[in-house]
Amino acid sequence: MFLLLPFDSLVVNLLGISITVLFTLLLVFIIVPAIFGVSFGIRKVYMKTLLKIFQWATLRIERGAKEKNHPLYKPYVNGIIAKEPMSLEEEIKEIRRSGSGKALDTPEFELSDIFYFCRKGIETIMDDEVTKRFSAEELESWNLLSRTNYNFHYISLRLTVLWGLGMLIRYCFLLPLRIALAFTGISLLVTGTTVVGYLPNGRCKEFLSKHVHLMCYRICVRALTAIITYHDRENRPRNGGICVANHTSPIDVIILASDGYYAMVGQVHGGLMGVIQRAMVKACPHVWFERSEVKDRHLVAKRLTEHVQDKSKLPILIFPEGTCINNTSVMMFKKGSFEIGATVYPVAIKYDPQFGDAFWNSSKYGMVTYLLRMMTSWAIVCSVWYLPPMTRQPEEDAVQFANRVKSAIARQGGLVDLLWDGGLKREKVKDTFKEEQQKLYSKMIVGNHEDRSRS
Amino acid sequence: SVSHSQITRLYSRFTSLDKGENGTLSREDFQRIPELAINPLGDRIINAFFPEGEDQVNFRGFMRTLAHFRPIEDNEKSKDQNGPEPLNSRSNKLHFAFRLYDLDKDDKISRDELLQVLRMMVGVNISDEQLGSIADRTIQEADQDGDSAISFAEFVKVVLEKVDVEQKMSIRFLH
Repeated sequence: MFLLLPFDSLVVNLLGISITVLFTLLLVFIIVPAIFGVSFGIRKVYMKTLLKIFQWATLRIERGAKEKNHPLYKPYVNGIIAKEPMSLEEEIKEIRRSGSGKALDTPEFELSDIFYFCRKGIETIMDDEVTKRFSAEELESWNLLSRTNYNFHYISLRLTVLWGLGMLIRYCFLLPLRIALAFTGISLLVTGTTVVGYLPNGRCKEFLSKHVHLMCYRICVRALTAIITYHDRENRPRNGGICVANHTSPIDVIILASDGYYAMVGQVHGGLMGVIQRAMVKACPHVWFERSEVKDRHLVAKRLTEHVQDKSKLPILIFPEGTCINNTSVMMFKKGSFEIGATVYPVAIKYDPQFGDAFWNSSKYGMVTYLLRMMTSWAIVCSVWYLPPMTRQPEEDAVQFANRVKSAIARQGGLVDLLWDGGLKREKVKDTFKEEQQKLYSKMIVGNHEDRSRS
Repeated sequence: SVSHSQITRLYSRFTSLDKGENGTLSREDFQRIPELAINPLGDRIINAFFPEGEDQVNFRGFMRTLAHFRPIEDNEKSKDQNGPEPLNSRSNKLHFAFRLYDLDKDDKISRDELLQVLRMMVGVNISDEQLGSIADRTIQEADQDGDSAISFAEFVKVVLEKVDVEQKMSIRFLH
């Protein structure tokens, strides 16, 4: 046995006291309000203080750069080169017209046509619309996180001290607090839903299930220090409907589910996620698919249709992009959820990247690294807009309906509306798009079939 | 010359394309850009970045190729009459376009080469015979020394009659 010095018992006592104090504070200020859905407003004050500090930090960096007489690197979100949004036809006609001044209406081939393809190609090499959506957005001002700093040559001593202090606070105070909260939230969710699962089906079970889910999601929201502003809550999804939203990270689920009671849809996972999924489904009917079933679109559609037709069942939460996008744009919505004929409740989620970028770059970070990054950011700040419900009109097909919903979400969230498929993150683009371009160009040099028969 | 911020931006772009993080780009890195992959002449344009027989291009080579597309107005600021011709001169811009046609780099566009490039641009939408007659007509109109091929000088003559090269082969930075 080793000698226990009196000093050691003092340390142990101190540790014991501080842990007790910490947990009491946790309980009073965070968990109890989460259970009842109220807030002390601590997070809002925190956010305002941080903003003031960031503004000061940015001014300091600008001053530092001016002293050294260097231009500052400022990222531009709207692209770095001037592009003209004209169609292939218009641009080629412009090229043919630009030198001689006479309009060429007859379709024919010109050697100079190559200029169009050449310039378009080089433009996309310098700056394209798609690949930049799969990496985190660049910030215009610095938020004291080393991961977002591009001008570190101009940091003064005072700023470095502030950054160091910030890091200390984030890693040694906020991180353990958040991990404790997350642990509490998840274990309450698993035990709570399992316990509720033993009750007989009925109003009591539904009531308890709803509140267990809400309570645990609210604790998780606080575990991330997420400051969420909900707009237009009267449009919240109702039973028998489908809620669609743009996807930026797995946190989207926590954000939406802490303000409403949804049926989740997703693939069955192993590990901790699997445990959570199995527990949740005991309390209320979520829709989990096996990996093999996911590929069978028919089966997926059938199960979803069955779910929405049962009016007692909860609204389904779906992210039609199918993958995480960096929250500057909305990419193609997969048409599956828009074919089953239910009312669609669109939701737009826009994060403010200044306090912590929520985008999950799954090719760069695994889930655990990502969660750690989230929990060592300052906060996750976002706005959620509930848009009025939409239904498919008789004259539009599923794809057009999906695009209409997508445009509404993009407009509300201030995001760029793109037709490109989010799957391009990992896969190559389909050849059909190139063939479309070739077809369009062929029309310009030989015209349509009718023209040919006339000449 | 190119401004400091423009170089920084292009370097940032270069590194974001460089998935292997080894300071060079391969052809696959370019092909990962969806809008370039759907360009019918995408492969020819990518080829322009790689010197003869090489499979990797570094940042210097990347900038050299892109420099062809700087607007000509930029040259007014640095009037270096005795230096080498700048990469973005009208002649060099025309050369860049000419090399997209000239597959075997023999400074002539033969009927065969023109057909191959045309086939890339139109895909399967036009028959061989029709494409052949388009190629023949084009060569006939441009050819002046009767060798049934288009030399650089002949190319320039045909193109300059109809196109404002400076404007159509220039890319402006926004800032």
